[in-house]
Amino acid sequence: MVGSNAVNEDRSLVKDGTEQSPVKLGVENLSIHYETGPALQNVSFDIRKNEIFGIIGPANAGKTSFLKAINRMDMFNPGMKIDGKITFDGTDISKVRNVYGLRSRIGVVFPLPVGLPLSVYDNVALAPRLAGLKNKAELNVIVERCLTRAALWDEVKDRLNSLGSMLSGGQQQRLTIARALSQDPELLMLDEFSIAVDPVTTMRIEDVLKELKNEITIILVTNLVQQARRLADRTAFFLEGQCVDVAVTEDLFTGEVSDQRTRDYVEGRFG
Amino acid sequence: MFEASPINLKNLTRQKIFRFLLGSMTATLILPVALILGTLIVKGAPVISFDFLFTSPTNGMTAGGIFPALLGTILLVLVALLASVPLGVAAAIYLSEYAPDNWFTRAINLAIINLAGVPSIVHALFGLGAFVLFFRFGTSILAASLTLAVMTLPVVIVATRESLQAVPMAFREACWNMGATRWQTIRRIVLPNAVTGILTGVILEVSRTSGETAPIMFTGAVFFLPFLPQGVFDQTMALSLHLFVVSTQVPEMPEAVPYGVALVLIGMVLLMNSASIALRMYLRGKKKW
Repeated sequence: MVGSNAVNEDRSLVKDGTEQSPVKLGVENLSIHYETGPALQNVSFDIRKNEIFGIIGPANAGKTSFLKAINRMDMFNPGMKIDGKITFDGTDISKVRNVYGLRSRIGVVFPLPVGLPLSVYDNVALAPRLAGLKNKAELNVIVERCLTRAALWDEVKDRLNSLGSMLSGGQQQRLTIARALSQDPELLMLDEFSIAVDPVTTMRIEDVLKELKNEITIILVTNLVQQARRLADRTAFFLEGQCVDVAVTEDLFTGEVSDQRTRDYVEGRFG
Repeated sequence: MFEASPINLKNLTRQKIFRFLLGSMTATLILPVALILGTLIVKGAPVISFDFLFTSPTNGMTAGGIFPALLGTILLVLVALLASVPLGVAAAIYLSEYAPDNWFTRAINLAIINLAGVPSIVHALFGLGAFVLFFRFGTSILAASLTLAVMTLPVVIVATRESLQAVPMAFREACWNMGATRWQTIRRIVLPNAVTGILTGVILEVSRTSGETAPIMFTGAVFFLPFLPQGVFDQTMALSLHLFVVSTQVPEMPEAVPYGVALVLIGMVLLMNSASIALRMYLRGKKKW
C-alpha cells in the first residue's frame, strides 16, 4: 500500500492548492468486522477538504462498509464492529456523543434510489424539518435550490405535491441527491449513484458534483473506473477488504503506481 | 400437427378431474356461511324492528327489545379498545423498531404467542381474579373490558408489528443517514405508512371482541338489568350473553327472538369486517410505494 503522505509530497511539486487543503476526514488503521467475517482491514489515508475522493474496486471490497463506518451506522447494525480511528475535522467520531449531529453534516446517496413515500417537496424538506426548521418561505428556498442543483427542478416544479416514490428511477436518484444536499452537508458520500440513472442524467449529475467540490468534500464510490477518472482528484483502490493503492487519480491510469493489481483493475484485465 | 398422444390425453383428463375436485371443495366453504346467514335472516328478520333494537326487554325477556344488551356490547368493546390499542400499538412499535434481538425480546414474543393461545374461559377466570377481586373493580364494565383487552392484545400487537415491518428497511436507513433519531423516523415515515394495517387489525379485534361470551360472564355482564349502566363500575347486559340466556335459560321464549338477537350480533360483526375490508381497499389504492 502506498502511503498517502508520500503521494502528497510528490504531487505538491506539480499540483495546485487541492493537495494542500486541510484534512477533512482522517482514517487510521480502520478495520470493520461483521459476524460473518472482516469487511475492511487496516486502512489508512486522509481525505482532504474540497476534493473528490474516489473509491474503486470490485464487489465485497469493503467500499460500502467504509461509508457506513463514517456515518456511524454501526449503531443500527448490531453485528458491525469498527476498530481504528476515523476523524472528522480532527474529532474522533467514535467519541462523538451526538452522532445525529455528525450524520446531519454528511449526505449519503445509495446505489438504488430511495424516494421516501412523501411528496417531492416533503422529501427535500425532510432534513431541514428534522433539524427543526419550520419557516415555510425558508423551506421553499431550500427545496428549489436543492432540486435545481440536483438537475431535477425543471422536471418536477409543477408537481411538487406528487409522491416522490412514484417518480422514475433516474428522477428518484436525483431526488435522493437533492435530499442529501438539503442537509447542507460538509461531506457528500455517493455510493455507486449512477447504477439506476441513464447516461445523460449521469453526466448532468457529474457536472453538479464538479461544481459542488468548491464548497464541500465528496467521497465517490464507483464501479465505473472511467467515472472515477473523470471526477476524482485522488482515488483509492479497494480489493477484498484491503486498500491496495491511494494515489492521484491520473497516476492510477498512467501506470505510475506500484501495485500490479491496481493497474490490472483500471485497465479491465481483472479476473 | 399437435395431435394429443395417449399420455397427453391421460394428463388432460387428470387435470380436469383434479380441477373439479379442488374447485368443488372450495365451493363447499360457502355452504356453512350461507346456511347460518340464511337461517338467521329467515327466522330472525321478522322480529327486527326499531322497537326491538331500541327498547328494553319485558315480560321476563320474552317480549320487548334488546337495547341494554346492544348498548352494553358497544360499551364493553369501546372500553376494551381504549385499553388494548394504546398498549398493543406501543408494545408493537417497541418490539419492531427498538428491541434488540436478545433473550428478553424473544421471551416477550413467546409470551405474546402464548397469550394468543390461552382459551377464553381461562382469560375469564384470570379477569375474575385480577380485575374483579384483586383490583376491587367488582363485576363491572371496567373489569369485563380489561379482560377482553388482555385477551385481544396479541391480535393488536401482531397486526401492528406486521404492518410496521412491511415498511421497507431502506426508508428507515435513508432517514437515519440524514441524522434522524429512531423516533423521528418512526413518527415521520414508519407510522404514517403502517396506519392502514394497524386500523385493519383494530377493526378485526372489535369484531372478535363483540362476540366473546365467556370472558365477560364472570367479570361484568349479567343476565338482566332493569336499568342502563351509568358508568364503568356498573354491570351491564351484553348481546352475546343475552343470546345465550334467551336461547337456553328462559322458558316459553318465542322462537324468533334468539334468532333475532343472533342476527343483530352477526350483523354487527359483518358490518365491522366489511368496513375493515373497504378501508383496506381504499388505502391500498393510495399506497405510496
